[in-house]
Amino acid sequence: MRFIGAVTTSVLIAIVPIALPHAQQQTGAAPFVANAYESTYKPFPSRTTVIRNATILTAAGPIIERGSILLQGGKVAAVGQSVQAPADALVIDATGKWVTPGIIDTHSHMGVYAAPGIESLQDGNEMTSPNTAEVSAEHSIWPQDPQFDLALAGGITAMQILPGSANLFGGRGVTLKNVPSRTAEGMKFPGAPYGLKMACGENPKRVYGSRNSSPQTRMGNVAGYRRAWQAASEYRESLRRWKASGADPEKRPARNLQLETLAGVLDGEILVHNHCYRADEMVTMINIAREFGYKITSFHHAVEAYKIRDLLVANNICASMWADWWGFKLEAYDGIRENIALVDQAKGCAIVHSDDANGIQRLNQEAAKAMRAGWEAGMKIERADAVKWLTLNPAKALGIDKVTGSLEAGKNADVVIWSSDPFSVYARAERVFVDGALMYDRSDPNHQPKRDFITGLLPPAGAR
Amino acid sequence: MKAAYVVILAAGLGMTAPSTGSGQAPSAGSRQAPSTPARPRPATQAPAGPPTAPFPPTGPAIAITNARIMPVSGPAIERGTVVIRGGKIAAVGANVQPPAGARVIDAAGKIVTPGLIESATQIGIVEIQGGASGTDDQSSTDKDLSAAFDVVDSFNGESTVIPVTRVDGITRAVVVPAGTGHALLGQAALFDLTGAEVPASVVKSPVAMVANLGEAGAASEGGSRASAMLRLREALQDAVDFDRNRAAWNAAQRRPYARGRLDLEALVPVVRGQLPLAVNANRASDLLAAMRLADEFHLKLILMGAAEGWMIAEQLAARKVPVVVKPLTDIPSFDALAATLENPARLSKAGVTLLLSSFDTHNARNIRQEVGNAIAYGMDRDAALRAVTLEPARVWGVADRLGSLEVGKDADLVVWSADPFELTTNVERVFIKGVEMSKDTRQKQLLERYRVIR
Repeated sequence: MRFIGAVTTSVLIAIVPIALPHAQQQTGAAPFVANAYESTYKPFPSRTTVIRNATILTAAGPIIERGSILLQGGKVAAVGQSVQAPADALVIDATGKWVTPGIIDTHSHMGVYAAPGIESLQDGNEMTSPNTAEVSAEHSIWPQDPQFDLALAGGITAMQILPGSANLFGGRGVTLKNVPSRTAEGMKFPGAPYGLKMACGENPKRVYGSRNSSPQTRMGNVAGYRRAWQAASEYRESLRRWKASGADPEKRPARNLQLETLAGVLDGEILVHNHCYRADEMVTMINIAREFGYKITSFHHAVEAYKIRDLLVANNICASMWADWWGFKLEAYDGIRENIALVDQAKGCAIVHSDDANGIQRLNQEAAKAMRAGWEAGMKIERADAVKWLTLNPAKALGIDKVTGSLEAGKNADVVIWSSDPFSVYARAERVFVDGALMYDRSDPNHQPKRDFITGLLPPAGAR
Repeated sequence: MKAAYVVILAAGLGMTAPSTGSGQAPSAGSRQAPSTPARPRPATQAPAGPPTAPFPPTGPAIAITNARIMPVSGPAIERGTVVIRGGKIAAVGANVQPPAGARVIDAAGKIVTPGLIESATQIGIVEIQGGASGTDDQSSTDKDLSAAFDVVDSFNGESTVIPVTRVDGITRAVVVPAGTGHALLGQAALFDLTGAEVPASVVKSPVAMVANLGEAGAASEGGSRASAMLRLREALQDAVDFDRNRAAWNAAQRRPYARGRLDLEALVPVVRGQLPLAVNANRASDLLAAMRLADEFHLKLILMGAAEGWMIAEQLAARKVPVVVKPLTDIPSFDALAATLENPARLSKAGVTLLLSSFDTHNARNIRQEVGNAIAYGMDRDAALRAVTLEPARVWGVADRLGSLEVGKDADLVVWSADPFELTTNVERVFIKGVEMSKDTRQKQLLERYRVIR
């Protein structure tokens, strides 16, 4: 939803027809390295740890009372009522405490709209063309954004960093582990697919319409998507023909970074994350996806998801939602607090997302509000299910659910120990593990990462 | 006889919203020409409007019994009764009997508190923030207007935001202006959230003159904190002079003033020390600058925001400057590098007069989540409840009528299923001035429309 309503200074750029890609046109023969930006993440050192006597929400089954979980070699080795642990394991007595998988946010702008929120750090919206599929959030991320550390203190272990919603195609999103690093690559979640940020509705038509360029209307939005997908289909076809006829390097079709991203969606390698509020617009987007043969992985914000929850289920599309944001524009006017619960009860893929560096610190509280709203409306929702809105379902939407998102043997040991029921306003994340490594400990300042930016800024008494 | 009609055309301002920085709530963006903001209402249901009951109510007394009562003005009563009559609290206590003929509400296992008071919101003066400029009256781009801007003239009792907020236990709200082209923003007023129109909904007006210092003040006055302070002092100096020499001014015998007559009139109660100046500022140095300004002009000062307030907590306590804080403020900005979730706890422990606020409009209803987090980060529970009930009533000058469950006060109270600040607690009943409010909202009606998909 992130949109910065700054006045443009580059009208000329804005009226360049979108059919003219900004991407650099390389000659067919130019070689390139396919994985130049791949993850350099290495798990932090960990030791074998067993957490005992905890109330465990695994996101993979019923609640476990007075259970144990063994973290070994960076993985969950065992979880259950009784767990054997090696003699040298660090034992944490979690009596009265709760354990959940690490929380995963499908929608964050940390790093691309970093703190401090000054002009110099507005790196989330390349508002120069309605189609900037060639940009990637990873190239805006400032790894020294202190917001990452605040989110870690809220139990966030992974999140997708997305470009903003000013454009029809905002660019690639990237999934990160929430660990300190000198580089974005050092945080990149190994093996996670890229996302493609698309945006419906008011934002793109306002940004470009106010410059008297296309899109200016919702129908202009749709024409823009279709034009781009048509071009991507043709690009993909030209590559297919080239490969089929021997893939002679001298005859390779010119590389086009913008179309390459869109073709990656058509190939199923890049996942579509579509900012969209209104029910009817989401259905339009489903129709466009059908026309061009791609899949929408998750709608984002989706304040009217409840109106089309049956269609979301039928099309296997997740909805990344707020617990209660509404009214800040007309397309958010019909937001209701039962939205998440209604999607869940329809057996949909309900996700609590933040889109906000404040909200990401307390996604567990957002889930609690959504659960309560469901209860008050008469729905039966167990904590063991609601925890999936924060963990397993976002992992699915980011294509990382095989390795994280639930506490099951063999999965990454991304684990949070909470001081009490995480659906309580008084609960705080006490310890956060990423790949079995203790990344945050509320009782130990040596286990509270602080980014460079914060260094030396706070008065000595200013411990947060 | 022919009636004469005055037709008032409400023209869109076509203004451009300020860009919003990172970490803010959903940004408004620029205001495009809106489609007509028709208000969709199901034909089969009554509008989620104000209650039809009269104020003060004339029906039988109401007795809420067996509840855990938190009167705020005194210790909790474990199993007590509150009696409401004629819109007022008639009795509170452990040994109070429901009067004969009273409507008795058994609240065993429930908690009763005073209605919550939100201290900084735009409820009633903005319906939709972005892309619907005709519904948004929170700020003005009229450059000749600042201090005189009065939220009362924009307040819409029919706003859908009012019931949505009220059903979460907020019964009164201080509506503050959001922006002019100046450091002075205009006058804030306290409203009840019954849904009544002005003047019935106005509890007190104005309750404060609002001004910006810090980054926001600088942005509206030439780009420097220094110019904002200078313009603010100039306006106050002019108001002092205007107040002393009004006749001469009327006869055009005074020097020209920087602000116009409307603004000067509005500032007179401020420079007389009758109306508080509520200053939005966060950085410790800006808070101190606001305190110097208050000294210079002998103003009653209230600090709003005060994210770095904890750094000067002792001075704030010693000077008895009330502070209005949003608890969930911890993202460092250059306006508040030392923002911390412990700000409320530290201020409270230092003895500062502390009010907690959502500083939100559509989600002012989340004030209880804010308060819960203030407690989670160290604030005393009773102090936290007081910070959204009796302290705001005192600071906004209405503690004779509101803020606690005491005999003779307005019967604003909330029945909670459990701990008011817990996320899983339901708000069961809300009374304002002795009348039980409808739980209906536009959002509830949307839920019912889509409870089953046909």
